[in-house]
Amino acid sequence: MITAHHYLAVAAMLFGIGLAGALTRRNSILVLMSIELMLNAANLNLVAFGRQAGWEQGSQAALWVMCAIAIAAAESGVGLALILAIYRHRRSAHLDESPPLKG
Amino acid sequence: MQDLLFYVFAAVALIAGFLAVANPFSRNPLASALFLAVALVAVSGLFVLLHAFFLGAVQILIYAGAVMVLFLFVIMLLDLREEQKRRARKVAAGLASALALALAALISAAALAGGGPADPPALEGGARALGRALFTDFLLPFEIVAVLLVAAMVGVVWLSRKEAA
Repeated sequence: MITAHHYLAVAAMLFGIGLAGALTRRNSILVLMSIELMLNAANLNLVAFGRQAGWEQGSQAALWVMCAIAIAAAESGVGLALILAIYRHRRSAHLDESPPLKG
Repeated sequence: MQDLLFYVFAAVALIAGFLAVANPFSRNPLASALFLAVALVAVSGLFVLLHAFFLGAVQILIYAGAVMVLFLFVIMLLDLREEQKRRARKVAAGLASALALALAALISAAALAGGGPADPPALEGGARALGRALFTDFLLPFEIVAVLLVAAMVGVVWLSRKEAA
């Protein structure tokens, strides 16, 4: 019998994989992809809790997941535009050579 | 049957997610992006198993469709061939992975330690209930997300102009 705890465990492992990727990879696009993976793990957690809570709270959880998906889409769009702008200046998407930020 | 599907989707999501962030066979970002798309589709299968049917469709349409196309587009736009030759710093990478995996093991052990209720009530995940709630109780978050999307769109257009002012 699969309970919500199994989904929580899968989400935790997915989050761990995303966190490891965000910490270890130095290519900024791959870091952004790892962040997407972590966001997905959080969404999976929300849906599992929503199913556990029954359909009234469950549809609330689903709505928050939809908000999270929209925000993640906006975030990846802005992030990719930033990477593109930095790449135009420095010909590199490598994080160790990030532009010298001042202020 | 549903238990079997859960294990299949969970295994596909975890393996494809791992291959997306740390592929031992190639350091090509394109391969990572495609594996990430596979992981996102598997997570959408998990959503469907949780009776959130509409969310499963949204996940495939927006994540595996729009966002991944955006990623692939930018990866192909940038010339990242020289990035592949770099090697990761071994000690820092190992330390960070060990830390992240220890966190994952801790949380999943805690999650699996407590036994859940045997029969969770069904989740109303169809489009009808969600649409009604979205335009009544959730109107304010909906509008906030709309404003956020407009702001993000304007920002992206400004950022990706040919020459920044």
